[in-house]
Amino acid sequence: MEEIVLSKDTSEEELSSQYKYGFVTEIDSDIVPKGLDEDVIRLISSKKEEPEFLLEWRLKAYRHWLSRKKEEPTWAKIEHEAIDFQDIYYYAAPSSSSSVDPNKTLDDVDPKILETFNKLGIPIEEQKKLSGVAVDAIFDSVSVATTYQKKLEDAGVIFCSLSEAAKKYPDLVKKYIGTVVPYSDNFYASLNSAVFSDGSFVYVPEGVRCPIELMTYFRINANETGQFERTLIIAERGAYVSYLEGCTAPIRQSNQLHAAVVELVAHDDAEIKYSTIQNWYPGDKDGRGGVYNFVTKRGKAAGKNSKISWTQVETGSSITWKYPSVILQGDNSVGEFYSVALVNNHQQADTGTKMIHLGKNTRSTIVAKGISAGHGNSTYRGLVQIMPGAKNATNFTQCDSLLIGNNCGAHTVPYIDVRNSSANMEHEASTSKVSDDQLFYCMQRGMSDEEAHYMIINGFCRSIFKELPFEFAMEAQQLLKVSLEGAVG
Amino acid sequence: MLEIKNLHAKVDGELVLKGVNLSVLAGEVHAIMGPNGSGKSTLSNVIAGKPEYEITDGEIVFDGKNINDLVPDERARMGIFLGFQYPVELPGVRFRQYLKTAIDSIRKYRNLSDMSPREFTDLYDKNLELLKMDKDLVKRSVNDGFSGGEKKRSEVLQMCMLQPKLAILDETDSGLDIDALHLVANAINSVSKSGTATVLVTHYKRILTYVKPQYVHILYNGQIVESGSEKLADDLEKKGYDAFVKKN
Repeated sequence: MEEIVLSKDTSEEELSSQYKYGFVTEIDSDIVPKGLDEDVIRLISSKKEEPEFLLEWRLKAYRHWLSRKKEEPTWAKIEHEAIDFQDIYYYAAPSSSSSVDPNKTLDDVDPKILETFNKLGIPIEEQKKLSGVAVDAIFDSVSVATTYQKKLEDAGVIFCSLSEAAKKYPDLVKKYIGTVVPYSDNFYASLNSAVFSDGSFVYVPEGVRCPIELMTYFRINANETGQFERTLIIAERGAYVSYLEGCTAPIRQSNQLHAAVVELVAHDDAEIKYSTIQNWYPGDKDGRGGVYNFVTKRGKAAGKNSKISWTQVETGSSITWKYPSVILQGDNSVGEFYSVALVNNHQQADTGTKMIHLGKNTRSTIVAKGISAGHGNSTYRGLVQIMPGAKNATNFTQCDSLLIGNNCGAHTVPYIDVRNSSANMEHEASTSKVSDDQLFYCMQRGMSDEEAHYMIINGFCRSIFKELPFEFAMEAQQLLKVSLEGAVG
Repeated sequence: MLEIKNLHAKVDGELVLKGVNLSVLAGEVHAIMGPNGSGKSTLSNVIAGKPEYEITDGEIVFDGKNINDLVPDERARMGIFLGFQYPVELPGVRFRQYLKTAIDSIRKYRNLSDMSPREFTDLYDKNLELLKMDKDLVKRSVNDGFSGGEKKRSEVLQMCMLQPKLAILDETDSGLDIDALHLVANAINSVSKSGTATVLVTHYKRILTYVKPQYVHILYNGQIVESGSEKLADDLEKKGYDAFVKKN
């Protein structure tokens, strides 16, 4: 089941990539002291003025996490030094927006933060908003601004930070939180449930097609701070929503921990399209610093004919540990996973998906593209499970790996578990290098070595990029180019 | 335009070219014929600068400049075009984007701005028409799923679009049916008329009835053993390679 292609040549190549999002914003932070205990959790909850049920839930999660503290997952093909969970700040907020005020306007946001998001190309001032995209901007542990609120309200769509939702819509939050990813799900999900800071909440009522794209932009700024956002998206019967997330962090010598949880629920005939462009700081060329990205993302296609689609372009992080999954519960439900994961220098990515088929006539599609350069190691790890009740389920899986240079690795670890004989499974996998003949062919037409590489690599990713909204497809192409700087040509 | 002097070249440690001399002027058509393994493709690739080929002696002068040590992209930008014997597939790379990037790379070298999309489309449509190729080609990936004949026609299309100073066509006529051969020959003639120096590497005399060469050369065992007019191709067809090899 496992294919391994490892390079033998040890010749060193000078690799460097420029991370243009690596600046730090000098701003006063309201920080909860380092380390984690029940008091810290109570403090976080009280700062957010949360309802009692949420605090209770956090504490249950914390106690569960403590009970399995020795059970950090070790099965992924990643290596890192042990994380000292008492040496991390669990909450940091820009001082000026530390309290959750649902009536807060953009005028209340610290201008330095607005400037930060501007530098990142995410304008959140009213006059410069991305056309047709509503943005929720998360700075360290809190949401600092959500745009297009009015337009969304008119459509009946709720799009706000999870903290705000916990106050304004406690019943919805209580009904759905932890129903797709329970607090006991895995080590990092338990930690997140105990200390989660902020994240987005989306609720699309019955029959509503969300009129604009929703986007959350996550930014870690404070040093030695973990980011534990939690996002919850609910699409009622017949609803549709397209949601995007983007992520960056400053260049820091030490590693930063990011352990997020995302839960999606799609009811009958509903569709959720979730796209990610993940560009956390990847560490320097020798592998120092960078974000540890341990994320649990899962969607429940709960209703009949519902559909959940994950598209991700992962170029950042020192370590990526992430398996956006779909539970295909409703009959005729559809799950999709489209992924490009790029590793350069000493980055490690162990990523893939799980498609759990429960309902009849459920269909899933997995297309995963891994690109390895420098000393990077990329692993596709995926599970397709057809449960006994899932009559006539179908899955198509395609995993392609592209190697650049002689010091990187690509691995494919697909698990297939079929418990109903009517299932139809297809699996394709390939591993290739950018061939000298392809490069010569392009260069003979006048392209430089670099241009030729980008052209071939972009071609390799095209089937994924076309799943992204147009502007983000352009951004993804640009990001690949920047991430590969120094590795090609 | 092209002046090759005493060219020796190695591939995989084996000496394949053993003293080739060749001189091609602008607007001229030269045909290079020779049996399998005589070094025809090696010569084409060495002129284009394929990295695995090593020049051990002699020189290649293009446009008055020794290009022995130039990288392939620089040679291409100077105006050298190679029509590949086996064009490679570039999955997911759209033909239009590929051609546009190539054209703009060459224009940049000549201090010209990028070709406007409008101008590109006009040029592209004109050449598609010239070669009677499918308009939908623009949406497909480069050579991906092309038939043998389509691949060869696509090479000639690229030549027409890039307007090189020197075109080396490595067995471009192989695998073409008679109608396609006509179209390809037409295209080569029109590019040649505009002043492009053309080197046709071929096994068959067939294409030479449509593209009239001024010179025919016989390459054998890494050397040009005989050069002559178009008539040489006729003699070759009658007598076979042996007649010319034994003489040497």
